Amino acid sequence: MSNVPADLKYARSHEWVREHSDGTVEVGISDHAQHALGDLVFVEVPAVGRTLQQGEAFAVVESVKAASDVYAPVAGTVVAVNEALGKTPEAINQDPYGAGWIMRLKPAGALAAAELLNADTYTTLADAG
Amino acid sequence: MGLRTPLYGLHVALGAHMVDFGGWDMPVNYGSQIEEHHAVRRAAGVFDVSHMCVIDLHGARVREFLRSLLANDVARLTQPGKALYSCMLREDAGIIDDLIVYFQGPRWYRVIVNAGTREKDLAWIRARAAAFEVEVHERRELAMLAVQGPEARARLASLLTPPDAAAALAQGLFFGTQLGEWFVARTGYTGEDGFEVMLPAEGAVELWNRLNELGVQSCGLGARDTLRLEAAMNLYGSDMDETTQPLESGLAWTVAFDPADRSFIGRAALEAARIAGGGQRQVALLLEDRAVMRSHQRVVTSAGDGSITSGTFSPTLARSIALARMPAAAAVVGSTVQVEVRGKLLAARVVRPPFARHGRVLVELQGDGNSAT
Repeated sequence: MSNVPADLKYARSHEWVREHSDGTVEVGISDHAQHALGDLVFVEVPAVGRTLQQGEAFAVVESVKAASDVYAPVAGTVVAVNEALGKTPEAINQDPYGAGWIMRLKPAGALAAAELLNADTYTTLADAG
Repeated sequence: MGLRTPLYGLHVALGAHMVDFGGWDMPVNYGSQIEEHHAVRRAAGVFDVSHMCVIDLHGARVREFLRSLLANDVARLTQPGKALYSCMLREDAGIIDDLIVYFQGPRWYRVIVNAGTREKDLAWIRARAAAFEVEVHERRELAMLAVQGPEARARLASLLTPPDAAAALAQGLFFGTQLGEWFVARTGYTGEDGFEVMLPAEGAVELWNRLNELGVQSCGLGARDTLRLEAAMNLYGSDMDETTQPLESGLAWTVAFDPADRSFIGRAALEAARIAGGGQRQVALLLEDRAVMRSHQRVVTSAGDGSITSGTFSPTLARSIALARMPAAAAVVGSTVQVEVRGKLLAARVVRPPFARHGRVLVELQGDGNSAT
């Protein structure tokens, strides 16, 4: 069973979103997603300052099996990226909701408009495959 | 539901991630493919290869039959237990399968073929065996475990009686011996030393558990693929198939043209291709950039395009490696080609295979993996 923390929001494309008190959000990929990908070997993170549309590919995670795009769960501007993933991509496998974070985003609008999933709904989606 | 080996239940109980592999439900990993890979390069791992097909051939003329059937020459096998790697070819020299044949005795050889080619191989062999009065027995009651790594032989031997352990450890490379109910062979598909053990299916789970207790890592097909690719060993269906010949698949060394008077299936087509020259050759590629080469990607060379046949991330090199087929004129060790990876042309170097063996990197990595451009 994959781990789906109740305090996060999720996109159908398997990214998680953590809201911070300063109005920014942290984004990574879910435990379910990292497990499906297998051991990660390279991660390409976006440039700070890049503006993203909701659903736009912003990062590439490459595992021993395949390369996959990671999509922006909300529209916004990249304010920070996890440079450590360049040396330790396996952090996403080991700690997808912590050390495996990919970027911090300043959302362009209200988060509610992004229609993200809560943990229960995402669990149902992930279990369905 | 796919076909299941005698170890299926154990794989599931061990938490394996199961996938379909040529119609079989097989473990791809038990957690981390990379950790399993390193375990084999550094210590010992065990793989379930029971899906592979064991065929015993019996008859007074079995040697003559195999000398006609295979591109390599079983006359090279003079000591009982000695094994040979060979291709089995069509008349046009397309590769039906690659296999290992063990010389068991003057009237008995054992052949191990791939799981995905089992039915066509058996049909091809049976259709030709009758003329030589050779009996074909598939040994479906056997399970097969590959125990691989620098510590693999000692760990397995510790489970044998002292005389059997001594016999197993005394075997040279590419030899197999029947020890009680077990056939223990010093063969493998990882570039490490080790044994492949064929045993009655009912004993497979116990053997696996005892190996785990000795610290031998359970390993899935994922690690098997990265290990064999580092050792630059071909995978049937990816690096060669019925549309390719041994000479363009890096397997010229497995074709025995001598003696000249040995007639074997595919010989005429191979000789014609050898005289014609040119064509395609297999090369080993090391990517200079941080990305991963995958099968079917385009290879751009000075003599025309080629194609990746197997590509992966190499855990031992921490770089992407591949086998590719490309125009013979450009297949020069040390030269640089370009591989189209996710829409970008990235530099890759033609290197002398294998990439890694016996725990060591065997190609020059040249710096940190960043492209010079």
